Amino acid sequence: MPILFRRYGIWVVAILVSGVLPLIFKSSFSISLFSQMGISIIFALSYNMLLGQGGMLSFGHAVYLGLGGFLAMHGLEKIGGGVLPLPLELLPLVGGMAGILAGVLFGWLSTDRAGTTFALISLGIGELIAASALMLPSFFGGEEGIASNRMVQLTLTGFKFGKSIEVYYLIACWMLLSVALMYLLTKTPLGRVANAVRDNPERAAFIGYNPRHVRTIQFTLAAFFAGLAGGLFAINYEIITAETVGAQTSGSVLMMTYIGGVGHFFGPIMGAVLVILMQQSLAGITHAWLLYFGLLFVMMVLWAPNGMAGLIMLHEPVWRAGLLKRLLPAYLTTLLPLLVMFAGIMLLVEINYHLSLSINPDEPLALFGIAFNARSPLAWALAIVLAAVGFFFFRKASRRVNESWNEVTQAMKGGR
Amino acid sequence: MTATALKIVDVHKSFGSSKIINGLHLEVLKGERHAVIGPNGAGKSTLFNLISGFYPVSSGYIELNGQIVTNLAPHLINRRGLSRSFQVTNIFPKMTVFENIRCALLWPMGYRHSFWHLVGNLKKVNAKAEEILERIRLADRRDIPAGLLAYADQRALEIGITIAGDADVILLDEPTAGMSLSETAHAVELIRTVTEGKTLLVVEHDMSVVFGLADRISVLVYGQVVATDIPEKIRQNAQVQEAYLGKEIA
Repeated sequence: MPILFRRYGIWVVAILVSGVLPLIFKSSFSISLFSQMGISIIFALSYNMLLGQGGMLSFGHAVYLGLGGFLAMHGLEKIGGGVLPLPLELLPLVGGMAGILAGVLFGWLSTDRAGTTFALISLGIGELIAASALMLPSFFGGEEGIASNRMVQLTLTGFKFGKSIEVYYLIACWMLLSVALMYLLTKTPLGRVANAVRDNPERAAFIGYNPRHVRTIQFTLAAFFAGLAGGLFAINYEIITAETVGAQTSGSVLMMTYIGGVGHFFGPIMGAVLVILMQQSLAGITHAWLLYFGLLFVMMVLWAPNGMAGLIMLHEPVWRAGLLKRLLPAYLTTLLPLLVMFAGIMLLVEINYHLSLSINPDEPLALFGIAFNARSPLAWALAIVLAAVGFFFFRKASRRVNESWNEVTQAMKGGR
Repeated sequence: MTATALKIVDVHKSFGSSKIINGLHLEVLKGERHAVIGPNGAGKSTLFNLISGFYPVSSGYIELNGQIVTNLAPHLINRRGLSRSFQVTNIFPKMTVFENIRCALLWPMGYRHSFWHLVGNLKKVNAKAEEILERIRLADRRDIPAGLLAYADQRALEIGITIAGDADVILLDEPTAGMSLSETAHAVELIRTVTEGKTLLVVEHDMSVVFGLADRISVLVYGQVVATDIPEKIRQNAQVQEAYLGKEIA
């Protein structure tokens, strides 16, 4: 039993969490948030099939989400019109089909080499499709995109999908299934050889593999899941525009995946959840949320290149050795100056946004319930002092973190 | 009666205006251990890169087990039964030692690009990978990322990857380069056992390795084979002594 739990426990927990969350957080805001997370989790994991598992840095992954979404939207229109006898629940597969078709074609074109060549071609294909989206209004619907109604007669489950909670559960089912499938894919011969081609394509050729074939197949499968996410997108929003295939969507999935961590399977899941949460909650609080998001991304690239998952896994052996409590004091002492520094930066950012974007900059600016005049030199001085003091003590404290880490590593070596 | 495993006929290779391989002829017999020696810059590594398809030849042709393989892509030559190692260690650094070997088994054992098998369930593949790990004496380090292995262990893994797929022609490029004396002795023993019943072509600088291992030796000078013979004859060959071995052996 414990072995079974170790093996499948995480999946049981995932199913429970996905099932119960919308029963606890019932507002329409949370339901739409969860739906968006589900779609993004599939999308980010499919992106990591390229970046993390296949060593392909793509700047155009939105193409497959978008094409999947558009084709699914046309499919939805046909289902509604009674032309296509497909139950709504299976519509995401239409998106997946679009992903496969586009994936084979563009995958073959772009995977002769990984690295810069691949990255640039993916960027080019992204621009190409984004441009075609405006040139081919019959398929992409021009500027305003295409819309349809998800409440069709033909369903498998009897749900009418009028309520957003029903849509959420449809998304959750597809999400859990996709996560499981993508996880299993990492354990297939193709998945392992994709790692080999990522690590050393030259050597992979000398064990019988054409790196390009391996990349193309991996790419196509990734595009399938991206397209499937696109199909769910179509059902969820009932409208899709050219923006979905564009560079911003591609950039955002890259950041999600990277922030979550490309080196571990579950990384992109964490990244997708965090980024969607930030997007939805911060965007309501401040206009500058993209700036904070960018800051987070830069910080992760600089100091935690293995992402959140990497940070967690770094502590796993320490936790197993029972030494985590030795790191905590140093972490806590770092947290305070970090918060002070961040408060300073935030103050600066908000003052600037207020002054440049507000209708009336002389109106007092309220932060955390404290209102003040954004033009006051005192506020500026306070911001700079906070940032500087925070930075100074952060540097000091981070040295302590290093020392604690050294101690812990020593202790772990000694323990063996 | 002995057939030819590898036949290289009048091969030329130039990089720009510099001619590296200059009308090279070489025949490697089935089942023999054949060493290629020669001074630095004689074109030994280039020869390997031509045979394995890493570089295209400028002219001439190469036969593997009677089939022409000239200028085929590396993976196609590999699928026809030729496997090679590299002078500079060339492994999959982020994957575990076990995974390195297992990946080298997937194509030859027929799983190719399969995404409908789970590698954990491939009993024959896994058993064979374990067996190879035993033979290259890395079984106790099977779960370490290959990039973290000690140098000599990485060289052993390199050989393990090369022989894993049961190719019948094995090319080893300076397998003992950079090893200590005891590591070298160990590596020679390993090469001897893992190439049992196969055709081996090896480039090596260490003369004790060459003379201890090889059935026949070819001497490469300025992109041409100047002599091919059994070790004793090579030792006595005046032309060879002049060109390469010099006084240290004589």
